[in-house]
Amino acid sequence: MNDITVELERRRENAKLGGGERRIEAQHKRGKLTARERIDLLLDENSFEEFDMYVEHRCTDFGMTETKFPGDGVVTGWGTINGRIIYVFAKDFTIFGGSLSETHAKKIQKIQDMALQNRAPIIGLFDAGGARIQEGVAALGGYGEVFLRNVLASGVIPQISVIMGPCAGGDVYSPAMTDFIFMVRDTSYMFVTGPDVVKTVTNEEVTAEQLGGASIHTTKSSIADRAYDDDVEALLQIRRLMDFLPANNLSGVPELPTRDPADRTEVSLDTLIPDNPNQPYDIKELITKVVDEGDFFEIQDLFAKNIVTGFARMEGRTVGIVANQPLVLAGVLDSDASRKAARFVRFCDCFEIPIITFVDVPGFLPGTAQEYGGLIKHGAKLLFAYSEATVPKVTVITRKAYGGAYDVMSSKHIRGDVNYAWPTAEIAVMGAKGAVEILYRSELDDPDKIAARTKDYEDRFANPFVAAERGYIDDVILPRNTRRRICRSLNMLRNKTVENPWKKHDNIPL
Amino acid sequence: MFKKILIANRGEIACRVIKTARRMGIATVAVFSEADRNALHVAAADEAVCIGPAAASESYLIAEKIIDACKQTGAEAVHPGYGFLSERESFPRDLEAAGIVFIGPNPHAIAAMGDKIESKKAAAAANVTTVPGYVGEISNPKDAVRISDEIGYPVMIKASAGGGGKGMRIAHDRSEVEDGFVAAKSEAASSFGDDRVFIEKFIVNPRHIEIQVLGDKHGNVIHLGERECSIQRRNQKVIEEAPSPLLDEETRARMGEQAIALAKAVDYDSAGTVEFVAGQDKSFYFLEMNTRLQVEHPVTELVTGIDLVEQMIRVAAGERLGFSQEQIRLQGWAVESRIYAEDPYRNFLPSIGRLVRYQPPAEGQSDGITVRNDTGVFEGGEISMFYDPMIAKLVTHAPTRQAAIDAQSQALDEFVIDGIAHNIPFLTALMQHERWQSGELSTGFIAEEYPDGFHVREPDDDALIVLVSVAAAIDNLSNERRREISDQMDGPEIRFARERVVRIDDQDTQILVEGASPGQISISWIDEDEVLGERVQLESNWWPGQAIWKGSVGDDDVAVQVRPVLNGYELSYRGTTLIAHVFTRLEAELDAMMPEKVAADMSNFLLCPMPGLLKFVHVAAGDKVQAGDQLAVVEAMKMENMLRAERDATIKSVNFAAGESLAVDEVIIEFE
Repeated sequence: MNDITVELERRRENAKLGGGERRIEAQHKRGKLTARERIDLLLDENSFEEFDMYVEHRCTDFGMTETKFPGDGVVTGWGTINGRIIYVFAKDFTIFGGSLSETHAKKIQKIQDMALQNRAPIIGLFDAGGARIQEGVAALGGYGEVFLRNVLASGVIPQISVIMGPCAGGDVYSPAMTDFIFMVRDTSYMFVTGPDVVKTVTNEEVTAEQLGGASIHTTKSSIADRAYDDDVEALLQIRRLMDFLPANNLSGVPELPTRDPADRTEVSLDTLIPDNPNQPYDIKELITKVVDEGDFFEIQDLFAKNIVTGFARMEGRTVGIVANQPLVLAGVLDSDASRKAARFVRFCDCFEIPIITFVDVPGFLPGTAQEYGGLIKHGAKLLFAYSEATVPKVTVITRKAYGGAYDVMSSKHIRGDVNYAWPTAEIAVMGAKGAVEILYRSELDDPDKIAARTKDYEDRFANPFVAAERGYIDDVILPRNTRRRICRSLNMLRNKTVENPWKKHDNIPL
Repeated sequence: MFKKILIANRGEIACRVIKTARRMGIATVAVFSEADRNALHVAAADEAVCIGPAAASESYLIAEKIIDACKQTGAEAVHPGYGFLSERESFPRDLEAAGIVFIGPNPHAIAAMGDKIESKKAAAAANVTTVPGYVGEISNPKDAVRISDEIGYPVMIKASAGGGGKGMRIAHDRSEVEDGFVAAKSEAASSFGDDRVFIEKFIVNPRHIEIQVLGDKHGNVIHLGERECSIQRRNQKVIEEAPSPLLDEETRARMGEQAIALAKAVDYDSAGTVEFVAGQDKSFYFLEMNTRLQVEHPVTELVTGIDLVEQMIRVAAGERLGFSQEQIRLQGWAVESRIYAEDPYRNFLPSIGRLVRYQPPAEGQSDGITVRNDTGVFEGGEISMFYDPMIAKLVTHAPTRQAAIDAQSQALDEFVIDGIAHNIPFLTALMQHERWQSGELSTGFIAEEYPDGFHVREPDDDALIVLVSVAAAIDNLSNERRREISDQMDGPEIRFARERVVRIDDQDTQILVEGASPGQISISWIDEDEVLGERVQLESNWWPGQAIWKGSVGDDDVAVQVRPVLNGYELSYRGTTLIAHVFTRLEAELDAMMPEKVAADMSNFLLCPMPGLLKFVHVAAGDKVQAGDQLAVVEAMKMENMLRAERDATIKSVNFAAGESLAVDEVIIEFE
């Protein structure tokens, strides 16, 4: 018996060393932490319980029998973040560069199965070289099984991926099917084929950073939802994110006690909308002044900045925020903004997170670039996402709500539950100038007449009352009372029950 | 008494006058330009009249528009505030012609004091000491020496036509006078084509001290003691106080007598200020008289308990002064800071924009301390480019000078402004300055103490203890609160490590946090040998989302401003702003291994230093420029700011054209 405990201790110590001191040092030199260090930062102190620490690969080709390391390049298990259960796997770059073997994949699958069965989130920390080539098709099979589990768990439990080193080839598709991807600047990159292959095939010369660094994926491709400066910063922020997310699609949102009064008024919001209708303002001021404690976790902060998405809390309960940003492109909806917001809305709907929408949208962005890029279908994604969503939806129109974009932005017509407008709201088919130019084309050479027509149009439509008279707006509220009104609405909607017709699944225009 | 008065001004002074009028039961009329439609003074008044476009020259400075507004509203009198029409001689005359009372001195007094030479003559006639000097032409060095002997050394030899330091010499003895006279004369001839020079006494380390006078229409004039305004930046007063740390009773009385004599000489019949330049030896010389309410009048109000605006209104209505000189008592000490929308870290460039946060400290009186904040702005309001960038005047009053300074520091710590740059860090740093605290002032104070401008201040040891403690308290509260999150796993409660590491500027402090409730904790310092050292008790009701952590650290009441940043807090206290991270030991250890991120090198870019209009671009791509060459002009707050090359370089690209609006830090020009 005693011998066994001694042996256990020895094995444990050995396993914890991963690929050995030298490789750990090399990992640190690259500015990266080891898999176990990362897990220790991510989870509550001493809460991590590791599984499959002694698993080794079974490959016999290419002399692999000689080189075996316990754990086989991935650390898996579970623990807690602020007491809430989290499943986690972390690629161990010090063992075979974190490459995926059949047994390595099995370890991940075990954790995925447990997470799904026990309905708790799973977080993957990526830092690996792809498939273990020595294993060939067995590794590919392993990937496939991981992918399948990603898909089955999608919409049931939150799945989070953090890219903290290389992530290439087969490794990219598991993160790609999770809910959120975070990256670490300068030390991580993600691509399907690396710079060498790119050079051979297309003759393009690119660095790994240019091809798939955090700067690319947060601004151009929108693959990554956010990037952080280093491992520590990233992992502490994931802890913060998890405080917002529900454990699963049936658990409801977590509650964090707050002393921020639900009836807090913000007088300064009364002057947020500039007198000049062409002057922008920062919608994030509205968001941070309305939500609990000004605490806002923005998702995709650097991509399609004309729309803002992220998590916050009202009276301690998580909400999803979607808001047009007048500071960027006047808050117009384009393909990127539509896709970004659509995906966020669907995440919230999956996990029963109420959605608050702040609307100041001049319409859809015109132009060949947008139309050729499929604006119709991308815009439709957002329209689709809002329409199918059955979570509580509270909408506040702050200024412009023009044209089709008005319908899209969680309007009454697509089952907005409570739709408010500020006194500055203008709900119309288009701006007065554009409308008059179409309606009174024959008078265009008479500036006085046109000016009078424009004024008429403004008087008629540049206010929230036309929409309110039809019941498209439930009430016109003072900006300063926005927080109080939203809090009340959300409480009123707490037991909202809406079911969409039975279907296998919908056919969102992908 | 008047039933309704109009205030021909804007901003804080309009609000301030309205407050007193309201207390006196007088209805108020505000006037406003189109840019001020939503201004505080408009909301504060009973009625408001729009008097034209934003530019002051088309609104606040046009007397007819003010008079029309009076007629329209039935206002019987006009308070001019300061600036704008307050010292325009014709304004009271125009008002009188329209049958409206001017709440200020008679036009004759304004005229007499408005002219520099006339006012000096009047002062001399009233036996007010003026700077000794010789105004006539001096022909040779011998005369110069004789005159200098009479004046007393040191003396200043100045070109009559001069300015900008050219043709100016300071002489401490006869030989320096001889040399200086010749040099000044030839310099004056070459610079101005006029070699006349004059000699006057040179006051070493001068101080600015002014006497508040108050007269009525019945020949009574009294003085309300002095104010010292030596802390100036480029002739702009920054901090004022009453009384002056320089004066004694006797000097005060003599200055007061002279000020009264001058006021009587011009039949002065309102509140006014006689400005003196004073030497460190308490000698003083008349400078000029301001025939209006001064910006810094609140310090006098707090030490005398007299509302100057009320007195102005009463005497304008014909009342006699309600008190005599003997009844005036100066009690305690008052200090005023002028809070400006200007960036102290960018050479005090003006800053405009929306006041996203504006939370001044609470006004009122407690424990012998009075806090008063005269302001014309509000949270959500706009600091526009059209007017003076003053946001507020923060005044504290206490029994002693040191107590008033401490109260001012505390009040500045509690002053939250976001959205625009402001000079509070600079003001707070001034309050901590030893020389200021010792009262050894001169008008050269700021230039001498901050020769290279104002830079981010390193916290001293006491401040560091406060900052470490508060960071730990905030972190502890956040952790305690997270333990309350719903949906936790069954089993033993989760626990947080009580040993924490507070990282400020790469400096780690190990501490142990203990306490029964998150609002009441103790923090102990842990040294390298894991031995517990100093222990500090903290108490606060702070909650996340609040901009100020207010509470006690040890025996001190402190206010620290808190702005969350990624995984940490930006803390502002005593003029210092820094980022604090609070880690577990493991986090600190691992974080120390993270690579240093180098900030992007911006030396190849010309950044726009402030929001404004790009007026001119003097260069084009491909041009070679030398250090000091003009590159572009950005106009903000009506000021044209010249941007120059900091080094020799070649222009790679110019990203904006003249006429475009720029945000702060926008890249105007790229260098190769």
